[in-house]
Amino acid sequence: MAEFGFGNPEIVEEEVDVLIIGGGMAACGAAFEIGQWAKAAGANLKIKLVDKAALSRSGAVAQGLSAINTYCGENDPSDYVRYVRNDLMGIIREDLVYDVGRHVDDSVHNFEDWGLPIWKQPGDEDKSLRAGGKPVRSGKWQIMINGESYKWIVAEAAKKALGMENIQERVFIVRLVTDKNDPSRVAAAAGFSVREHKLYIYKFKCCLLVAGGAVNVFRPRSVGEGTGRAWYPVWNAGSTYAMAAECGAELTMMENRFVPARFKDGYGPVGAWFLLFKAKVMNGFGEDYSTLRADIIKDEKRFGKYGHGVPGTCLRNHIMLEEMLAGRGPIYMDTPTAMQKLAEKMTPKEVKHLEAEAWEDFLDMTIGQCGIWAGENIEPEKTPSEIMPTEPYLLGSHSGCAGIWVSGPTDLPGVPEEWSWGYRSMTTVKGLFTAGDGVGASGHKFSSGSFTEGRIAAKAMVRFALDNKDWKPESSRTTAELVEEIYRPVKTFLEHKDYTTAIDVNPHYITPKMLQFRLQKLMDEYVAGVATYYRTNGAMLKVAEKKLEMLKEDSLKMRAKDLHELLRAWENYHRIIAAEAHMKHIQFREETRYPGFYYRMDHNYIDDENWKCFVNSRYDRNTKQWEIKKVPYVQLIK
Amino acid sequence: MPTFVRTDKCDGCKGQDKTACMYICPHDLMMLDKDGSQTGHAMKAYNQEPEQCWECYSCVKICPQNAIEVRHYADIVPLGASVQPLRGSDSILWTIKFRNGTVKRFKFPIRTTPEGSADPYGGKPAADWKDATDDKVLFTKGTHKVDMSQFLKG
Ligand SMILES: Cc1cc2nc3c(=O)[nH]c(=O)nc-3n(C[C@H](O)[C@H](O)[C@H](O)COP(=O)(O)OP(=O)(O)OC[C@H]3O[C@@H](n4cnc5c(N)ncnc54)[C@H](O)[C@@H]3O)c2cc1C
Ligand code: SF4
Ligand code: SF4
Repeated sequence: MAEFGFGNPEIVEEEVDVLIIGGGMAACGAAFEIGQWAKAAGANLKIKLVDKAALSRSGAVAQGLSAINTYCGENDPSDYVRYVRNDLMGIIREDLVYDVGRHVDDSVHNFEDWGLPIWKQPGDEDKSLRAGGKPVRSGKWQIMINGESYKWIVAEAAKKALGMENIQERVFIVRLVTDKNDPSRVAAAAGFSVREHKLYIYKFKCCLLVAGGAVNVFRPRSVGEGTGRAWYPVWNAGSTYAMAAECGAELTMMENRFVPARFKDGYGPVGAWFLLFKAKVMNGFGEDYSTLRADIIKDEKRFGKYGHGVPGTCLRNHIMLEEMLAGRGPIYMDTPTAMQKLAEKMTPKEVKHLEAEAWEDFLDMTIGQCGIWAGENIEPEKTPSEIMPTEPYLLGSHSGCAGIWVSGPTDLPGVPEEWSWGYRSMTTVKGLFTAGDGVGASGHKFSSGSFTEGRIAAKAMVRFALDNKDWKPESSRTTAELVEEIYRPVKTFLEHKDYTTAIDVNPHYITPKMLQFRLQKLMDEYVAGVATYYRTNGAMLKVAEKKLEMLKEDSLKMRAKDLHELLRAWENYHRIIAAEAHMKHIQFREETRYPGFYYRMDHNYIDDENWKCFVNSRYDRNTKQWEIKKVPYVQLIK
Repeated sequence: MPTFVRTDKCDGCKGQDKTACMYICPHDLMMLDKDGSQTGHAMKAYNQEPEQCWECYSCVKICPQNAIEVRHYADIVPLGASVQPLRGSDSILWTIKFRNGTVKRFKFPIRTTPEGSADPYGGKPAADWKDATDDKVLFTKGTHKVDMSQFLKG
């Protein structure tokens, strides 16, 4: 046999009990929890974790974070549900959110045990949260940390819990495969190494799909060297949604998106500026527009009752967008006034400390913003900074709720029976579990909540694996078929590369980069990207639908000239499927549930009577058809 | 804001089979140019797709030679500034140089325990299989106290 090499990978087949796909916060939570339950059951389970990157710096927390955004502390979990419900315009799975709320603090206590520095109130500096130390809060749910090494520390614990021998880094999972004898069940996952010429096929009893949200589905605001500076991590490519959809899992609320207002171009966080430093925004004429024009969201015909009380994040965006559309930009964060006000009550030393905190907020999680401030000579105590809404992202753990429909907890009162089907965190596909960005209709979990959901899922997976001890997974696809499919971009390249003199322009294939540009352009222009100020309508979506279909067809002609490009090829394929889910859901929901995130201009109002419900979808990989339906929302918490 | 590698500092991680920057980049951007065919500098690393760089600084922080720096996005940021960290075992030191020459330095703690010492299960209770189907508990039994009267069907 010829030596293994590019186009001729070694095939590695492995059978485990539990496969964890991803190495982010949710995956680390699962790694922490799972062994303990296996041990309690007296079971010797084989568990494997695969991450496309290196655990210590993979996922959304790679840079670090400056806050843990979900910590209940003195608040009751029911209050957490109310906050999430309000911010996500009334439609969430309250059972799932509640479950995160009651377990999340314990996860944070563990982070602190492992070495994460958590800020404390004066006098409590040496007291852990567990021992009653009072955290510094930047909001009712957020606590401040020195989080440069957040992921490093959490990954350290996860690696020890699982054992490095059970962790495979630099393997990108391309697809899940259903069981040969039961098409409603997952049996295997296939992917490839981006370091060696190896193709991996894992068979398992169950798997946890936690590969993060979807970034760069839309054309980003920067398209030159700054293309990679998305707000959410550019490397999370919608693998979670795409692989779940292609395996037949029911998705939920994929119409939801997050369009954060952030410091312009660097996408540095504004949370601490608003919450900790009490900064205000102003328009180009120096007006405090958000107070002056706060009333525009009180129009009940358009916004129902949602504009009264604390407005959700999307409604605050709406006020800003109206300001920009009226030509009253740029929008600024008035950092100098905020700093001056705080300095009035502080000593110079305290002011210095405050300045350091402002910079740390960026240095801990969006270092690029410091580069922009330094390059433009912006010192926040002297110069205000522009803010602007970003391109849209699909995610289920931050301030959005796109994702997969999962089975909820069984012990809460008033939960419809059909919301739980045996194993907590299992999707509608038997054996397929998810957490973090993967779980739909349950946003605002953030880093701590995602880790917690990973733990919750892990516990149920141990039970699943044991209940299915004697079951043998059989892949519905042969190894040869999977190899053929996954390495097709390589083959296409090798077959056709010499047809033209310049390898990037060739009628027989499309480069992953161009595939991505095509996706981003059509999503931007037809599916409410920044080009149209987040506006679309039924007719535009029809065009998008057609273009997406052709793009999907052309994805069969992706090329890969090396392993790195093979990675990009499959990432972009996942982006296409995630984008299609988003588009189909927006098309189905004939109202504007999230004004400020997107507008259905042909139904430009919130319609509680017809649309206060979940929208769920199922994709059929063989017919390429989507089946979409309404699912009733049920309120559980007063 | 893509990373760049200083030719005078990078030693290719002394020819080990994996370099630190290649190992850590979450987006598979850093590459070692073994024979110099890509860059003209054999056994030195480079960023193979600068326009995909998230500026997460993972590679900058881990490089043992401090050979990796960042030149802010040419399509956004005026030239002349730099933001450079020095990450130690318990703290990180940042130097921010402005275009106009202003320099700011900040030092922040990064962890309270020695590197490598995180013990996932130290001092934690063992899971009890009796609780396997009880959604109220995870193995640490640290569930938040709850007010069940807040449920509509309390
Ligand atoms: C800029 C920014 C600021 C934030 N601010 C805060 C904050 O202040 N406080 C807070 O609590 N939270 C914050 N968050 C949110 C938090 O980071 C996320 O909620 C959390 O990381 C989600 O966890 P996850 O496990 O679902 O995804 P991630 O942590 O992103 O993990 C995804 C994992 O999947 C892997 N992967 C992806 N695709 C594949 C594939 N096909 N095959 C194999 N592996 C794959 C990735 O390498 C990664 O390991 C912030 C996030 C960002 C980006
Ligand atoms: S980590 Fe530093 S020294 Fe090592 S190869 Fe990369 S740039 Fe060179
Ligand atoms: S800064 Fe981050 S994304 Fe950019 S090359 Fe370094 S590790 Fe990769």
